[in-house]
Amino acid sequence: MRSLSTHRRHPLAGVLVLLLGLVVLGGLYSVLAPRSAEADSTDEALIDDGRQLFLVGCASCHGLNADGIEQQDGGQYGPSLVGVGAAAVDFQVGTGRMPLAQNSQQAPEKAVIYTDDETAALATYVASLSPGPAIPTEEDYDASDASREEVVEGRETWLTNCSACHNSVGAGGALGDGRYAPPVLGTDPKYVYEAMLTGPQSMPVFNDALLDPEEKRTIIAYLETLEAEPQYGGAGLGGFGPVTEGLAAWLVGMGALVAVATWIGATAVRARQ
Amino acid sequence: MSQTEAPARKGGLAAGPLAGPTAWLDDRVGLATIVKKNLRKVFPDHWSFLLGEIALYSFIILLLSGTFLSVWFKPSMAEIIYTGSYDPLYGIEMSEAYASTLDISFDVRGGLLMRQIHHWAAALFLAAMMVHMLRVFFTGAYRKPRELNWLVGLGLLQLGIIEGFAGYSLPDDLLSGTGLRIAEGLMRSIPIVGTYISFFVFGGEFPGNEFIPRLYVAHVLLVPGILLALITLHMVLLVYHKHTQWPGPGRTNNNVVGYPLLPVYAAKAGGFFFVVFGVTALMGALFQINPVWVFGPYNPSQVTAGSQPDFYMGWLDGALRIMPAWEFTILDWTFSMNVFIPGVALMGLLFTILGAYPFVEQWVTGDRRVHHLLQRPRNAPTRTAFGAAGITAYGLLWISGGNDIIATQFQLDFYWITRLLRVLVFVGPVLAFVATRRVCIGLQRKDAEVVVHGFETGIITRSPDGEYSERHLPLSPAEAWTLSAHDRTEPAGLPAASDHNGVAAPHGRVEQVRGRLSRFWVGHDHQKPTADEVREAHEHHADDDELEPAEQQFGGVNELGVPRRH
Repeated sequence: MRSLSTHRRHPLAGVLVLLLGLVVLGGLYSVLAPRSAEADSTDEALIDDGRQLFLVGCASCHGLNADGIEQQDGGQYGPSLVGVGAAAVDFQVGTGRMPLAQNSQQAPEKAVIYTDDETAALATYVASLSPGPAIPTEEDYDASDASREEVVEGRETWLTNCSACHNSVGAGGALGDGRYAPPVLGTDPKYVYEAMLTGPQSMPVFNDALLDPEEKRTIIAYLETLEAEPQYGGAGLGGFGPVTEGLAAWLVGMGALVAVATWIGATAVRARQ
Repeated sequence: MSQTEAPARKGGLAAGPLAGPTAWLDDRVGLATIVKKNLRKVFPDHWSFLLGEIALYSFIILLLSGTFLSVWFKPSMAEIIYTGSYDPLYGIEMSEAYASTLDISFDVRGGLLMRQIHHWAAALFLAAMMVHMLRVFFTGAYRKPRELNWLVGLGLLQLGIIEGFAGYSLPDDLLSGTGLRIAEGLMRSIPIVGTYISFFVFGGEFPGNEFIPRLYVAHVLLVPGILLALITLHMVLLVYHKHTQWPGPGRTNNNVVGYPLLPVYAAKAGGFFFVVFGVTALMGALFQINPVWVFGPYNPSQVTAGSQPDFYMGWLDGALRIMPAWEFTILDWTFSMNVFIPGVALMGLLFTILGAYPFVEQWVTGDRRVHHLLQRPRNAPTRTAFGAAGITAYGLLWISGGNDIIATQFQLDFYWITRLLRVLVFVGPVLAFVATRRVCIGLQRKDAEVVVHGFETGIITRSPDGEYSERHLPLSPAEAWTLSAHDRTEPAGLPAASDHNGVAAPHGRVEQVRGRLSRFWVGHDHQKPTADEVREAHEHHADDDELEPAEQQFGGVNELGVPRRH
């Protein structure tokens, strides 16, 4: 105690306190600061590859610097990709939605143009522009070991957040203006996870604050349970509900019965014979 | 072991006195007289007369399968924790109604099959009633003396729809809860008293704990009871009136041509019952219907895309979907016309029109005679056109009810489908009316032409003078008779508004309206040729360009130019 009070007016005391402050601050920063895009030197080549691919295949809409192209009326020709993250690129390019075949209300899923390596390069390039959601790892979305409780929880989360657009069995549904929620069953769990993370097209973003990674995983667990489930009670008729059921009642049921009725009536009595 | 000789068999119903149990019954309830009369009851045969039977048989299947389901279904809103065998719902809180539906589906042997048979039978019941009603409408079978039976049938259809909707709502799954919420919305949209009605029906705030038990009583007791009573009345009236028949040689307004009930008709009808049961069972086994387990228990915070009612409510849902938002407030009351008009008023309108139609037609045409012979749709062009317009309006509203599924499956814009249907639902029926009436009149012309001139054979002959003519094949008298068995239609003349003293005629204005309507109704009809016209035409063709009348329908000519005979 005595030494502290003696030395606190030492000429170097101020410098020492300042140093201490800087070390603590720096240490805290390195622990707490948001991780920047993984742009360390090993990725440099990949980023460069991605940029070359980007300039050829994407820049015509998204701009040379991936910051979007604005139209004269204020609309966007192609949106800015700064900050969308690698997950968005992996989803859009990996499912064939990008590059667009044409300007339309919504990019449909179609044949994939880029190889996995090229997609990875593009994703790395876009991720290097500004931090954004990274591509989830397999342990994020792997729900093969989900318990019954997790499946039940996933069902509840699905019915609360997703089925309003995607339908209770993930058969998809209509949205306004020609947009739609695509069918989900049969989609690679990675893309399901990425879709929740990045909110492609008309879909809202379900970031980790809205649905934490565990909840996302349980949704995938429920979808996989649905997929593996046998079609109890026969052909599912697309999962579209009473519309296809009514169609089946009229076309199959009434069709068959009227055909039989015609057959029975065809051997009718004729008064003149 | 002593051999006993069996008593000699008596002949049949007709021969000899009765013996054995039949005699026992006859002595006590006078069976022979009733049975003898009704076993010989004649039913005319035509495939379209079997449509009502489909409805009757589906109703029997509904009673049978419904009884099975009622053994396990628990109509209770009590909250329980599900511990059945469907894993994704394990441990979820739900009503006993929903849990017992899951149990029927997964834990009761044959339960899912029965549930699906019950639901498919309900769909077929409603569909068959609609098709049967259209048959009755388009052939004029509702005309005197059958107007009352038409009304009974209409009551059956309405009750069937209510019964179906109640069944759809009972499982208390997400879809039925969503449907009930809409039904509650319809009740509330009734101006001023709507809220009271809703609270009265649901026993308080929606959904409450009262409604499922109430609905259950209606679904298994009240409505089926009335349905059964009305079906009995429908059948009794049918037996009393005797069945209508198509016109043809030997068939008149005073007889019925067909097979007697026993053995032929009973065999046909009985066989058809098993066919209907078989088709329903096959559908129950092969196609999923209302998979309640994927919807989960009703939870007002959840909803699923593709929420639709069953098909018979689809047109009302469609009307709701395309109705523009129109709501206003007078004093403290909100008038939700956007819900009331499509949801409540439209249903009332349809059933009012259907109920009033036979009487309106009778008034306009002045036709108050008894009819047992059916009309071909072409011979009542205006009625057929009204029917086609109605089907078009109904169909367009039906399409609106599935607009989201149509949008996704045909990759169309949901908004544009809605806009288009808003216009089409008014324009479509008018176009359908005009087109159908023209087609009917065209067909009438063709019939008249065939009756007068016979079939064109395509055989062209050249006379020695160089004149070309086509040989005609006259109809057989039987065919000509069938084609011209219908009545001529005469528009009622416009009465004078006042007599020669200038005194206004009583009911003058009403008669004026009736006269104009009548002209609109039958004024465009093409009348069948008169006997003179037919005779004249035959004399005209009598030389050598007319062939011998064919016994059967003309089937074209062979390569030698000779008409084919069957």
